[in-house]
Amino acid sequence: MATIAPAVPSPSLHERLQRIWETPPGLFGILGTVDHKTIGKRYLVTAFTFMLAGGLEAALMRAQLAGPNERLLTPEAYNQLFSMHGITMIFLYASPILSGFSNYIWPLMLGSRDMAFPRLNALSYWLFLFSGLFIYSSFLVGQAPDRGWFAYAPLTEGPFSPGLHMDFYALGLLFLTVSTTVGAINFIVTLFKLRAPGMSINRLPIFIWGTLTTSFAVLFAMPSLTAACVMLYFDRRFGMHFFDVAAGGHPLLWQHLFWIFGHPWVYIVVLPAMGIMSDMIPTFCRRPLAGYTFVALATVSTGILGFGVWVHHMFATGLPDLSTDFFSAASMVITIPSAVAVFAWLATIWHGRPVLRTPFLFAAGFIVLFVIGGVSGVATAAVPFDRQLTDTYFVVAHLHYVLVGINLFPVIAGFYYWLPKMTGRMLSERLGRWNFWTMFLGFNLGFFPMHIAGLLGMPRRIYTYPAGLGWGTVNLVTTIGSYVFAVGVLLFLVNVLWSLLRGPAAGPNPWDAPTLEWATSSPPPPYNFEVLPSVGSRHPLWEGRLPDEGTARSVLDRGPELDDGRETLGVTPLDAEPSEILTMPEDSLYPFLLALSLLVTFYGLLTSVWAMAVAGAVLVIAMTIGWLWPGDVPEEA
Amino acid sequence: MLLSPTYLRTFGVVADRMATLGWILLIVSSVVVLVVSVLVLVGVLRRGTGSFAPVERGGPGLRWIVIGGIVVPVVILVAVFVLTVTTQAAIASPATPPGLTVRVIGHQWWWEVRYLDPSPDRIATTANEIHIPVGRPVRFEVVAGDVIHSFWIPELAGKTDLIPGQRNVMWLEADHPGVFRGQCAEYCGMQHSKMAMSVVADPPAAFDAWLARQRLPAASPSDPDMVAGEAVFTSSACALCHTIRGTPARGRVGPDLTHLASRRTIAAGTLPNTRGYLAGWIANPQALKPGNVMPAVPLKPTELQVLITYLQSLN
Repeated sequence: MATIAPAVPSPSLHERLQRIWETPPGLFGILGTVDHKTIGKRYLVTAFTFMLAGGLEAALMRAQLAGPNERLLTPEAYNQLFSMHGITMIFLYASPILSGFSNYIWPLMLGSRDMAFPRLNALSYWLFLFSGLFIYSSFLVGQAPDRGWFAYAPLTEGPFSPGLHMDFYALGLLFLTVSTTVGAINFIVTLFKLRAPGMSINRLPIFIWGTLTTSFAVLFAMPSLTAACVMLYFDRRFGMHFFDVAAGGHPLLWQHLFWIFGHPWVYIVVLPAMGIMSDMIPTFCRRPLAGYTFVALATVSTGILGFGVWVHHMFATGLPDLSTDFFSAASMVITIPSAVAVFAWLATIWHGRPVLRTPFLFAAGFIVLFVIGGVSGVATAAVPFDRQLTDTYFVVAHLHYVLVGINLFPVIAGFYYWLPKMTGRMLSERLGRWNFWTMFLGFNLGFFPMHIAGLLGMPRRIYTYPAGLGWGTVNLVTTIGSYVFAVGVLLFLVNVLWSLLRGPAAGPNPWDAPTLEWATSSPPPPYNFEVLPSVGSRHPLWEGRLPDEGTARSVLDRGPELDDGRETLGVTPLDAEPSEILTMPEDSLYPFLLALSLLVTFYGLLTSVWAMAVAGAVLVIAMTIGWLWPGDVPEEA
Repeated sequence: MLLSPTYLRTFGVVADRMATLGWILLIVSSVVVLVVSVLVLVGVLRRGTGSFAPVERGGPGLRWIVIGGIVVPVVILVAVFVLTVTTQAAIASPATPPGLTVRVIGHQWWWEVRYLDPSPDRIATTANEIHIPVGRPVRFEVVAGDVIHSFWIPELAGKTDLIPGQRNVMWLEADHPGVFRGQCAEYCGMQHSKMAMSVVADPPAAFDAWLARQRLPAASPSDPDMVAGEAVFTSSACALCHTIRGTPARGRVGPDLTHLASRRTIAAGTLPNTRGYLAGWIANPQALKPGNVMPAVPLKPTELQVLITYLQSLN
């Protein structure tokens, strides 16, 4: 049986590892750290901060829409706010927040000492931060993107969109795709090389499956967005004609490229979150997940099918019935893996003994929101009805049920679940319950009426509406509900603050959870595990308590120490047989400097100061050379 | 007519079929949500709360997944897909070929409307108000004048995008007389919010009379104020952008104003077409719909008065 009690302390080993892995204090440490836990926390804090900014933008919009003919915001301001709200939530919050969890949790869950490419990991964060700041710096010059997060050409082309608004958009997203791509590669390699021995792929937590599927999807989806953004920038800045009908281009090229990226992106921002739920629900139901294989396959198949549904965003563009029918069918088929997941969770709840702690409340609420967002998605997949629904508030309701329901609720659940691991302190249960009910009721009060506004014919993306159309009441209710929801989000922050100041100590495994991240102390030491664990089942920390688990046992208290420098264990991709000892890099300023150089390049491109762009590019090359300089790799002792 | 243009209560065969599909989907959806919500709620509350119990043996729950996650969804989705395809086929084209084609051209931020005819001098051009005959299918060719817009009259038919470089075709038919509001449904820039229109379904005889009148040039004014107003129009910046057939005003930037007074609204459904609003609009269009292409034309108060008198005579 696995022992979860810490191994007999071996001060010298502990001290040696601490010296090897800890990040030095001071500026070098701050800018140069490659510790996945620090990077993960930075991701979480940065993405959450962007979420608060996006929420503030939404709050202003809801004030404007609370009644007909309000004049709080000018049309220019409103159009910038709704565009930035979408860009922020989708690009700067929903995906990076999950990268934050994955960055922090993956090596702990996998029983490793870091991600496969710690410096790439640092680079990925700095690129995310700088591209986010780059996009937000558009507010400083009063020229935030104002053509929506979807940026349909030709409205984004030079003649219809003067100023820098959409240059910030095209370049900012281009910048961000570098970060996302780098991050995805890191997750994929980490999964295949850096697991605990014995953690064969049929023993992976579903969260790992989620992020893995997402990472592959990123690799295939991102090039499409990159291409689209390059074309847009070239059209705008160099007078090219990719989307210009008069010169042989076509506006629908943008829509295809954007949605070939955009729809997989929806699954990219929900699959890891669904994975969080699939791992958390069993903990609070006191039993393993029902239908593990089904859920793992559902995760992967959703990621793949996600590439075959993009045209359902384009049912009104005049495509032939045969093609819309195909994409309608595909969009309905993709419901099935989601239904499988929902019933796997339900089966887990019904066959388990639910314990109503805050993370589980969010999980239970999530299932309901997931289903509402799912069925309204089916409605939009039915082509003739979609011709009515598309571009109305019904779709706004649908996408918020999907993104808030399947991303934000699991994220908050994830914080309640894992923050004790990160900080060593519990959050308040009492405040947590208030937090959940305020968010859940506020969300439904605010966003459910949007379905009705849509059914009453209210289009999206309008900064005002006339009186007398019957839209006033639903919009007022939506505004009130969304403010209640916002209070819920603030309650979460209050709880985090309370926890940091006065939260009771968490201990290594406050939830009696089954996975490896709970085998180390809270917060974990810089080296994660004193000895590298090996895994004998899906639930290393529940072994001995499960009836049908087989005879293999995880070993957590003895194993390779690897204390000759920053080292971790490499394994074979599928069966996780130990295959090599990997030397991990030291802290380095190069990731930070490389990202900074790229920022210089992008500002050069933005302002057409070509010397600056070239200088930035030269710096990027110089930093890459410095980064890869052979002498920089520590020799094995 | 309902005040709110809900597409679940419809007045034409295309939208009727869409609404039927919609009602079925909404009912099925509600049942699914209800069932799952009850399963969550009861599942969570069924066992008492308490401290963590040791992990106990539980059935694998595979039956839940196979029945709830695969069999039932497949049955529902196949049925929904069959309904989708049959509905789509049913509304693909009208029972009888439409005798009337209306071309709608989307501009930032108004709708140009042309009643096509084989002989060019019988083409009637108007804006933001489309009349159709009750009980007869009408074919629409929708094209974009600048950026993408979307043509949508919820009570009569779903959306069809207006896309530069392509001509999308759709049809609709109203089975009741009435005025049906429509609004651009694809974000098209600063005043996307104020790009509305209406479709007026007239009894066939009234429609024929309306169309015959729209084809005519403007009547020459007789009243001295109107004559003066016409002179103001044709000699000022107005004529650079607007056409009034029968006068030298031949501008093509803004709406054709030949029968302006016959329309219910101005500024693409933004304001009622009354003397006061017309004056306010001409005096300061940027205050009422900021960002639109129309500049304020400096006119003396007397000029404005006669101009409005003239415009109001263009019925």
